[in-house]
Parts: sequence; structure tokens; C-alpha cells
Amino acid sequence: MSTEPLLRIDALGIDLPLDGELRTVVHRVDLGIPEGAAVALVGESGSGKSLTARSVLGLLPPGARVHGEVLFAGESVPRMRPERLRAFRATDVAMVFQDPRAHINPARGIGDFLIEGLTTARGVPAAEASRKVTAILREVGIPDAERRMRQRPHELSGGLLQRVMIAAALAAEPRLLLADEPTTALDVTTQEEVMAIIGEARAARGLALLFITHDLELAAAVCDRVAVMYAGTTVEELPADRLRGRASHPYTRALLASRPSVSDIGAQLRSIPGRPLSGFEVPGGCAFGDRCPRARDLCRTDRPEPASVEDGTAACHFPHPLTLEETGRHA
Amino acid sequence: MSPRFAATRLAMLVVTVLVSSLAIHGAMFLTPGDPATLLVGGSRNPDPAVLAQIHRAYHLDDPFLQGYWHWLGDCLRGDFGKSLVYRDSVADLIGDRAGTTLALVLYASVLVLAAGTVIGTVAALRGGRTETLATTVTAGAMAVPTFVMAVLLIWLFAVKLPWFPVYGSGEGFTGTLTHLTLPAAALAMTWIGYVAQVTRTAVRAEMRSEHVETARSRGVPERTVIRRHVLHNASGPVFAVSGVGIAGIIATAAVAEQAFGTGGLGALMIEAAAKQDMAVVQAVSLIFVVVFVLINTAVDLISTALDPRAAQKEAR
Amino acid sequence: MTTAPLSGTTTGTGRTKAKRTRPRDRLTLGAGCVVGLFVLLAVLGPLLAPHDPNAVDPMNVYAGPSATHLLGTDDTGRDLLSRLIAGTRASLAAPAVVVAVSTVLGTLLALTAAWSGGWVDRLVSGALDIVFGFPGLILAVLVAAVFGAGLTAPIVALSIAYLPLITRVVRSAALRERNLPYVSALQLLGAPTARIWTRHLLPNLLPLVLVQATIGFGYALLDVAAISFLGLGSRPPDPEWGLMVSNGAPSILSGQPQQSLYAGLAILIVVVAFNLLGTGLSRRLLGDNA
Repeated sequence: MSTEPLLRIDALGIDLPLDGELRTVVHRVDLGIPEGAAVALVGESGSGKSLTARSVLGLLPPGARVHGEVLFAGESVPRMRPERLRAFRATDVAMVFQDPRAHINPARGIGDFLIEGLTTARGVPAAEASRKVTAILREVGIPDAERRMRQRPHELSGGLLQRVMIAAALAAEPRLLLADEPTTALDVTTQEEVMAIIGEARAARGLALLFITHDLELAAAVCDRVAVMYAGTTVEELPADRLRGRASHPYTRALLASRPSVSDIGAQLRSIPGRPLSGFEVPGGCAFGDRCPRARDLCRTDRPEPASVEDGTAACHFPHPLTLEETGRHA
Repeated sequence: MSPRFAATRLAMLVVTVLVSSLAIHGAMFLTPGDPATLLVGGSRNPDPAVLAQIHRAYHLDDPFLQGYWHWLGDCLRGDFGKSLVYRDSVADLIGDRAGTTLALVLYASVLVLAAGTVIGTVAALRGGRTETLATTVTAGAMAVPTFVMAVLLIWLFAVKLPWFPVYGSGEGFTGTLTHLTLPAAALAMTWIGYVAQVTRTAVRAEMRSEHVETARSRGVPERTVIRRHVLHNASGPVFAVSGVGIAGIIATAAVAEQAFGTGGLGALMIEAAAKQDMAVVQAVSLIFVVVFVLINTAVDLISTALDPRAAQKEAR
Repeated sequence: MTTAPLSGTTTGTGRTKAKRTRPRDRLTLGAGCVVGLFVLLAVLGPLLAPHDPNAVDPMNVYAGPSATHLLGTDDTGRDLLSRLIAGTRASLAAPAVVVAVSTVLGTLLALTAAWSGGWVDRLVSGALDIVFGFPGLILAVLVAAVFGAGLTAPIVALSIAYLPLITRVVRSAALRERNLPYVSALQLLGAPTARIWTRHLLPNLLPLVLVQATIGFGYALLDVAAISFLGLGSRPPDPEWGLMVSNGAPSILSGQPQQSLYAGLAILIVVVAFNLLGTGLSRRLLGDNA
């Protein structure tokens, strides 16, 4: 943690125009991804995690206002001029979206989609770009690459299409890959394959990953560190291996307890009382205060700041204490 | 597009033309009197010898379907019979006027395609006040009926500002162009509004679509995004509605021709209907219906062939 | 984007969602009032007209607006306001017949098709596709050629031409409704078909039919007026609006556009009012936010 990470998100806030008024949708996100590391951003739908990922690319809806800082290799993304931003998107960061069927132009060919980034944004000649993406298609497990390149999106299955999207992202030779729920739109068996492909590509290239998901378990399995978001705020950030059983924030713990687990069959599933809030609905005080079993008066009046808890941070007035026994077992 | 879809669509075209022609031919038998009186132009006391001749020429005494078959065969050979009102062969009457109507329809179609798509695209891309203005103006253009638009244009651009002539169809290219400008504009206005609104909606939808976000996320230049993704994808619905518009222009050409005195096929048909000159009405309405159906079918086939998503829907 | 408010009472913050619906509803209400006013005029028309709509006055042609002739007079000195008011009935009656005939027939046809399914459904849909391929205006010209000019031509032709439009919409809704579990349940309980139709299907489809009829009325009025404009509908000296537009057309060239413009404006107002009322009703009754 001594060197400057590849990506640093510092007290990021995002306001969006809703019904003609600016509403704060993301309150405070703090996050760091070292070169080559994998970090998961976990949260329920509406927690602002996808918006956070898009802010890394400067890809926010028109009229959005950004506070705080998004630094890529020390350079501020929100302050990039349009031309610089375009070059940055073309070379440094690539994104894999949730629904490949919607995120790949249905009216154009697969080959066209794959080489477009190289030919239009980087000026690579079409023939060279084709050679390059054909090789990458093979790498992501599409052997009959030439035939696929001539097909149209509706002729491919969802799993294949997501591989195409990953191939397109890898073709740009980025340093950071943003994956926005890349497996949510797929069926379970394809999900594993897609995650494996991302894993292999990372290993081969030393690629950093920001993995957006609502699945804590999957996040812990794939990533080195996990950041948990609730109602537009990162409430906890911690190493993935400390997640199970030893998280500090009550929300992280509640989230874990509400998820069925193969290793814990028979255990009582507990849903979190109340309903998840969107970022702009948050009252003063702690966003999770109304649903938190540990909440006291302070939680309803003062919003907790992120503070160091062991080797992570938690934004909570009353984090779960780490018992000696637990720390001991961990070490 | 599957060959099956094309075959079904073409079969429907043939059936529609057959049924329509049957209706066009059969209509005259609905008259309480002798259908032959309609073929001499509804005159009240026609010469019995002439009526007998008409009965023979139009096979009116044959069984209905046989008579229809004769008539259709003659029409297909370009023999539409004789008009006793105009004292000329119907084919000649049509030949004299078809050019004007063709020019008018083409002119109006060009206006619809050019103005409609440009207004819609600019409105969607600019947004803000431009979009509000364009939406309001095009909604207005859509609400004004063609014949009211015609008198409005005559008043504004032939009387108040004497820029355009009103009567006739003009000589030579520029003459035709100036004479047909107002009728074409009146005819096109509704569909300019329609095409502009569809274009605006389609371009807006594509601008917000996920695949455009993907292209932007990869650093594709904005102009390229708009050309390769937004306009390319929006062209499907725009093409389809333009085709419907052109078919609609053909169906209403008569109104503009009548309003501006642009003696074309439509005006001929209406004049003939007023004089109950059935031979002419049958021939011209058959031509209009066939062209109308042909264009609708062509648009359907082409837009299905162009759009893979339509092909997907069709497969389901 | 947002529709123009009818009164000046909208406050500056009329931008949030909840507040934006109110001017829309007011617009629908306004459109409904305009429609109501014209229906009233159609019923009472001749009683309300200040002058005899057909009384010519050769000494007073092309008179400008005055206390006696609020909208002036036409080329034969007839009072334009009286003619517009008296013409309301002729202008609204024919489209009303067209809409009534095509709506009733179309709804029955749609229900039959949706209820029977199979070849009946295919036959109805195919037949309607063919009718759809025949432009209403050209059909009207054909009918006028057979029966002579008069309101018969537009009424017969447009009733047929409008049939596919209403039938298609109602058929797909009826099909959805027919496939709902409650219909099978009623059938299993032995409820007679007629009872299911009149007690369940028709009442549930009624809002949709009403919306379609309202929107269709505007278009029918426009088409009837167009046919009268062409000289194949209403006969002079009937003050029907489409006919008035065409009667006034020659005077435009001598700089007297009043008759055509007023009649055209009357058509425009009624058509737009019906359209707004129809879309407003659709929002209220069917809950679509298009």
C-alpha cells in the first residue's frame, strides 16, 4: 500500500439530474486498485456501483456532476479534456458490460464490433486488427474465430457473445479491466466459464480488475480485496479472505448472513429488515442506520466517516470488534 | 429474411391486387340501375344502341366472374376501354396525365425523405430548444389536413408572397418544378412531420442505447459513433415510416392535384367520379391501388431484409 | 416537450414528475370541453346561428368582421359564423356514423376472431390485411362514382377503410383477455359464451374501444371533410366545413381567404381536440404513458 495504486477513487460523489433536480446518487466512494490487482465492488442494485465503474471511464449521463477524485496512474479522469478522455478510453481502461446482447450493436457484424475499437480509435489498419482479434478470440475459447467474425450478434448465444465482448476489451491492451456484472445475464454454467476466461486473461497480461457484482461469495473468490457499497457509500473495504465471518461493518455481515451457502447448509437465512435505499433517499446520519441491529442515537444524527479497522476500512460508528480469538485464528 | 417470408408477402400482394380489382370491377354492379349507364358517364337517358354496345364491350351480360376476368385481362394488356365523357381511350387519358402525378409524387417523396430525416436527426442530436421547436412544428404539420395545408400554402406563397404559380403543371423542368412545389409541399407536410418524429424518436433511442455506450467506452470518436451506430441503427424505422409515407402520398395525391388544379391522374379520377365516368374511375383507381400495394410490399420486404432484428422477430 | 398549459396558473417548479402530470390532465380536460362544445353546437347549431346560414346578400359580399357579422361574409354575402355553426352538424354527423359502424362491426369481428381462433382468426386477419391495402380515399372515390356525390360515399368507404384499424387493436386485446385463466374457469363452470362475452370480455375491452373510437373520430372527420373538399361528399349549399374550404378556395386568389381559413381552422381544432382527448383517455383508462 506504500506505492500509488493504478486506480485511486477518493471521496467520489456523483449527482445526477432526476426530474429536473440534481440528486446525489453516489455519496462517498473510496477505493484503490494496485497495478495487476483485483478489487470487487459489491452492492445491491441501486447502490451506485455501476455508476462508480462508469465514472472511471468518464462515462456518466449528460448533466451529471462529479465530486472528489478519480485518479488513474496519478491523472484525474474527471478533469480530462474530451480528446484526452477518448485516448484514455481507447488505451488504458476497457469495460465488459452486463448484457452483451444489448451492449453489442445488433445491426453490425461480430468482426466489425471486435475491430472497431482498434480501427476507429487507434488507427490500426483493418487487416492487422482482424489478425489481432482472431488470435484473442481463440484465446478466450472461440476456436472457429473466422466464421464467428462473419456472423451477426443474434446468431450467437449469450455466453459466446460475452466472450466476444471480453475479447474486444482485451484487444485494446488495457491496464485495467472494468467488469460490470459480466455474468449476471448468463446461465450458471456459462458464468463459471466467463469468470475463468477473465481470470486467465488477467494472469497472462498482469491486468488489474475492478469487478462489479452483487455476489459477495463470487467477489471473495475472484478478487484480492472487496469493497462493499450501500446506498451510494462504500461502507467497508477489506481483504477478501477476511470477509467470511470477520467483516466489521454490520451491513457486510447482514449481507453474508442473507445469502445461502453451500458450505453452511442448514444454517438459518436471515433477510435484512427494511428495504435497500437508493443513494438519493438517504437521510442524515448513517445510510444503513434504519436497518442496522447495532444502531444507536449517534447513527441517526452523524454520518460515519471511513476509518481504519485492522487491514481495511469501515464507515461505522460501532463496527463489530475483532475478538482476539478470531484474529489469532486468522493469523 | 427467409424465402418463406418473402413468398408469403408476395402471395399477399397478388391476393390483395386480385381482391381489390374484383371490388373495383364489382362496384358498378351495386348501382340500382344498369351498370352500363355508369360506363357512359352516368348520363340520364343514354342511347340504347350505345348501351348495347357497352354491354358487349364490357361483357356485362356474361357471368360476373367471366366479365371480371375479361376486364382484368384487358387492363393488364393496357386496354382500359373508352371514356364516352372525354371521347378518348382511357389509356390515352391516363398516359397524358401520369407524368404529372409521377413527378408530383416523386417531388413530395424527396421532400419527405430529405426534410423529415434532417429535421428529426438534428432535433435529436441537438436536443434542448431545437428539439422542442422541431417537435412542436412537426406536430403542427401532422395535424393540418392536406387540403387545409393546400389552401394555406396558396394564400401564403401564391397570394401574399407571389412566389409560386397555382394552376397547371408547367412546361420544362424548371416550369414543372415551380408549378409542383406548392402541391408537393402540401402533400408532403403531414409525412414530413411523421418522418421527423419517428426519426427523432429512433435517433434518441439509439443515442441512449447500451451499444452506443459500449462504443463510447472504447474511445470511438463521437462522429463515428453517431454515423456507424446511431444513424445506421435508426435508419430501419425511418426507412419503414418513409415507405408508408410515400404510399400515403400516392393515396392522397388526388387531394393536392384537385386543390392546385395540377391536372394529374388523381384530378382525372375525381373529375371522372363526379361525372360518374366509371371506365376512367376503375382504371385510375386500379393503378393507384396497385402502386400503393406494391410500395407497401417493397418497403416491408426491404426493411425486413435490412434489419436483422426484424428477421429475428419474424422467426419467432 | 411539455404541453402548453391552458391557463397561466402553472408555477415555476412545474418540472417534477408529479407536477408535470397536472397540465397534461388539464389539457385532456380542455380537449374534452372543446369536443363537448362542438357536440352541443352540432345538436343546437341552427338555433344558435345568428343568421340564416344560406341567406345570400349580394350587397354585402366579403364583408369584414363587424357587430352583425362577427366573422364577416363569404363571396355571396352569407354570414360565415352562422355557416360554421350550422355546418357543425353536417361535419360531425358523417364521421360519427363512420366511427359507430366501424367500431361496432370491428369489435364484433375482433371478438369473433379472438374467440374462435384457428382458421376464423386467420381469415378475418387476412381479409382485413387486404382491406388495409385499399386506401380509404380511393375507395370513397369509387363509391362516389357508383352512387353519385353525397355523404353515402364517404360513410360507406370510410366505414370499411376504418374496420382494419379498430379490429386489429381490439383483436389483440381480446386475445390477451381470452387467454386469461378466468375465462377458462368460467367455461369450465359452464357459463354460456354469450354471458362471458357480455358480462366479462366486452366490459373489459370497453375502455380500449372507447379510446380507439375517440381517436378514430378525429381522423374520420378529417377524411370526410377531405372527400367533401374534393366535391364528392356534401353537396352545396350545405355549410359542411370541407365543402366550405373548397368553396372559399377561388376567393383566396382575390385575397379573400377567410372562408377557407375559418373552415380549415374549425376542422383543425376539432381534429386536434379529439386526438388530445383520445390520448388523454388512453392514459387515464389504459394507463399507458406513451
